[in-house]
Amino acid sequence: MTTRPTNRPHTETRLASLAADWSADGETFKQVPWGKAMMWIFLLSDTFVFSSFLVGYMTVRMSAVESWPNTSEVFALTIGGQHIPLVLIAIMTFILITSSGTMAMAVNCAYQHKRKQAALLMLATALLGVSFVGMQVFEWSKLIVEEGVRPWSNPMGAAQFGACFFMITGFHGLHVSAGVIYLLVVATKLWRGHYDRPQEADSGNYQIVEITGLYWHFVDLVWVFIFAFFYLW
Amino acid sequence: MAIQGSSVQGSTDKVNLNQEHDSEHPAEPNHAQQHPIGLYLKIWLLLFVLSSLSYSVDYLQLQGMLRWSLIILFMLLKAGLIISVFMHMFWERVALVYAILLPPLCLVVLIALMAIEANYTLANRLAFFSF
Repeated sequence: MTTRPTNRPHTETRLASLAADWSADGETFKQVPWGKAMMWIFLLSDTFVFSSFLVGYMTVRMSAVESWPNTSEVFALTIGGQHIPLVLIAIMTFILITSSGTMAMAVNCAYQHKRKQAALLMLATALLGVSFVGMQVFEWSKLIVEEGVRPWSNPMGAAQFGACFFMITGFHGLHVSAGVIYLLVVATKLWRGHYDRPQEADSGNYQIVEITGLYWHFVDLVWVFIFAFFYLW
Repeated sequence: MAIQGSSVQGSTDKVNLNQEHDSEHPAEPNHAQQHPIGLYLKIWLLLFVLSSLSYSVDYLQLQGMLRWSLIILFMLLKAGLIISVFMHMFWERVALVYAILLPPLCLVVLIALMAIEANYTLANRLAFFSF
């Protein structure tokens, strides 16, 4: 299979393939299934949506005259008589990373053609996603009911805090919820053998699992940035 | 980081097979992104470690430049691992990699513009409102 001489420098061939792909007067993303290319382009547009929120948050936080609420304290919980800062957010972060791991395993199983195993791992990923959203609901209700945070005001400091918090985490939570539905739909179809039907374009090809995985990993990726900029900063 | 380096290196043979196929030898779609399971497990573990480290930045109440630089460092490492390994960007064709990873660079301009704007707003608020 390897027709390429191995002594050529790697970078040269990579750049050469870049130029060749874009100048070929044909399909640019060769050997990339259209579904995957479209998912990547969608994720690119989503990157800009989340970046706009985060940049907007940066702008209002930098220009706020009142002090910004201390997130370490706002999101602290008292567990078993112990006061632990930011603990709920840390748990949510670990849950999301765990779900990313199970998703990666699902993709791996799908490419090894272990259909049912992949579907079960996707189900596990979806369950972790549901628990993440559940904890977010807990966090929101605690902030709204107990702390009295509103999009226009809050008792802890700069009024812009609420708007940023609800907008950014709300939009991310919406993505997680949509991802759970997406995962469940694909896992069910995979379990039932939908992708093995002879009339399918690529029968027996489980590429869809990788495409679903791209979306799920992106949701985790966005959380990495939200965690760093909103909760830790 | 030694773990990551070695495992990624170990799978480059497969990488080259995938990426440098010419049109007479199309890649077998079923094995396009198949990588050793151990690699995923190592990256998973690494992500856990990095998350614990970034949480400990807050737990230990580090402040100032040290806090910010550590937050950014752990964030970028985590994002890089997720994109390159979990999302398979490391093994994708360069045409796709550049099409996806280059456009977000224009966000740097947006960040710079909005930072200037925010400083201006703050200066005006301090100058003209009685805080």
